[in-house]
Amino acid sequence: MENFPAFSPGALARLEEIKKKYPPGRAALMPALHVAQEDFGWLKPEALKAVAEYLELPEMTVRSTATFYSMYRHKKTGRNVIRLCTNVSCLVLGARTLKGILEGLYGLAPGNTSPDNRFSLEIADCIGACGSGPAMLVNDDLHTGLDAKKVIEVLENYK
Amino acid sequence: MTRYLLDVENPNLDGYEKAGGYQGLARALSMEPALIIEEVKKSGLRGRGGAGFPTGMKWTFAAGDPKFPKYIICNADEGEPGTFKDKAILEKNPHILIEGMAVAARALKAELGYIYLRGEYPKGKDILQAALKEARGKGYLGENIMGSGMRFDIHVHLGAGAYICGEETALINSLEGKRGQPRLKPPFPVNSGLWGRPTMVNNVETLANLPFIMRAGAAQYVKIGDPGCPGNKLFPVSGHVEKPGLYELPMGTTLREIIYGQAGGIKNGKRLKAVIPGGISAPVLPPDAIDCPMDFVSVQKQGSMLGSGGVMVFDNDTCIVRVAHRALEFFERESCGKCTPCREGTSWLRAILERIETRQGREGDLQLLEDVSRNIAGNTFCPLGDGAASAVLGFLRHFREEFEEHIKNGCPFGPDDHTRTVIAR
Ligand SMILES: Cc1cc2nc3c(=O)[nH]c(=O)nc-3n(C[C@H](O)[C@H](O)[C@H](O)COP(=O)(O)O)c2cc1C
Ligand code: FES
Repeated sequence: MENFPAFSPGALARLEEIKKKYPPGRAALMPALHVAQEDFGWLKPEALKAVAEYLELPEMTVRSTATFYSMYRHKKTGRNVIRLCTNVSCLVLGARTLKGILEGLYGLAPGNTSPDNRFSLEIADCIGACGSGPAMLVNDDLHTGLDAKKVIEVLENYK
Repeated sequence: MTRYLLDVENPNLDGYEKAGGYQGLARALSMEPALIIEEVKKSGLRGRGGAGFPTGMKWTFAAGDPKFPKYIICNADEGEPGTFKDKAILEKNPHILIEGMAVAARALKAELGYIYLRGEYPKGKDILQAALKEARGKGYLGENIMGSGMRFDIHVHLGAGAYICGEETALINSLEGKRGQPRLKPPFPVNSGLWGRPTMVNNVETLANLPFIMRAGAAQYVKIGDPGCPGNKLFPVSGHVEKPGLYELPMGTTLREIIYGQAGGIKNGKRLKAVIPGGISAPVLPPDAIDCPMDFVSVQKQGSMLGSGGVMVFDNDTCIVRVAHRALEFFERESCGKCTPCREGTSWLRAILERIETRQGREGDLQLLEDVSRNIAGNTFCPLGDGAASAVLGFLRHFREEFEEHIKNGCPFGPDDHTRTVIAR
């Protein structure tokens, strides 16, 4: 089998580990997509193709799975991805106001990226922090107890 | 109070062992698998994933299937809004889950287990993986567990943002690398689950009850909580209470005790307006229902369900229409699209609620909400649609006037963050 120049060496090493944990075939697809997303930044067509080749699956199969899940991204995102929870427990503590602030301050509409490419905003449905809401994930970091002031302070740390 | 799910000083293996960790597994290893299942049956343990199905009975089904290999799956997809209990176990006491899975594996003679972890819990993945490594190092997992000759290992599978993957057959599809849509039942996963093999899917909290049951015995366990539904339960409490957070209390503790006794009552001296007792799929309850004991049977008698046990509390300044609208935005987005009543129905419900909230409601809209909900209920492929329909019917049952008021005169409430000062820039 040829090697896979589409992936970085680090990503390839992780893919090898993943393969060991699953039976051959489609089962390793979700973890492989996670790796590809990190490696390519988003699941651009080349990324899906590389995954398909690596796992020896039809591209349609890869695409079919990849489009079902909301955390797989099919367009380019900004440098930082914000997932703001606006579900009920966060809603009643002011999450809508926060959404308004992100819109006003950074020009961020849900599903879009700020003009300076610094942030992308996604609306999340409960990220398991309802007890200290409103809450958001920025990349992999959880931020809780947000209010109008704190959300701005937190985001200042992401360039 | 007997705490046992989260009660370790230190989430690493040392801390867990000091608190009696892995003694339950040691005892299980000294028992015949059939006797372990007997013990779990005697404990009366009911699944904590929402439906409250008796765990021992489910195990009997899986054990009775002659096919091998069998798989143990831990459902850590915790996506029910208002719920953050499994996350606490995963992050604060991962070994109790690993031990519970190993006990289940011993009982069902399984050699491989998966933890299906929701994609939104990346930190949990690192913690779990570190804990699994520790457990392998000490021989609690691996080729020859505690010298008994038993083999069992666990892999972590990270989801990617789909609420429906909490449903066990959708979860199995997802673990197989497919779109996370539910399968037709029967066959049930206990007979034909992961790769067509007998598969036991249990919730994180369910599995975390096993070490105590094994260590202390079923006779001790049934003394805790409610005789019909023993044990402790984790209650995540959110919304307008003074002390939101996670409370471990005996099953059957009343909502009143949870809200006022434990969580400090309603914030800022306001009054209780409504409470959702078991995550967003559980129909809302009015204040006069809060003497209800929180167990599977009692909450159902009130017209709601214990569900995940996620208690969401709303004060008298909360707009119920807004809450209902946001809830349906969730169901619409998370409907997997496989069946029409759910896909179309949730979309209709969301659209009607949206127009009521934005003062474009029409006469007859409430009737329409009820009709659409009744057409969803019982007609969908999986219970997601039922959850959406019964949530809407619950809001209408107890807060109908508020919906009527919105249609006539618009929303009488201010923004949601009435408890905060907005510093706009
Ligand atoms: C739409 C839907 C979502 C669900 N989400 C979860 C979940 O996040 N976690 C969970 O443990 N069970 C969830 N369940 C229940 C599972 O299908 C299954 O009953 C449960 O994992 C069994 O575990 P238990 O017997 O230990 O309760 C969900 C069910 C449905 C219909
Ligand atoms: S509702 Fe926002 S974290 Fe749960």
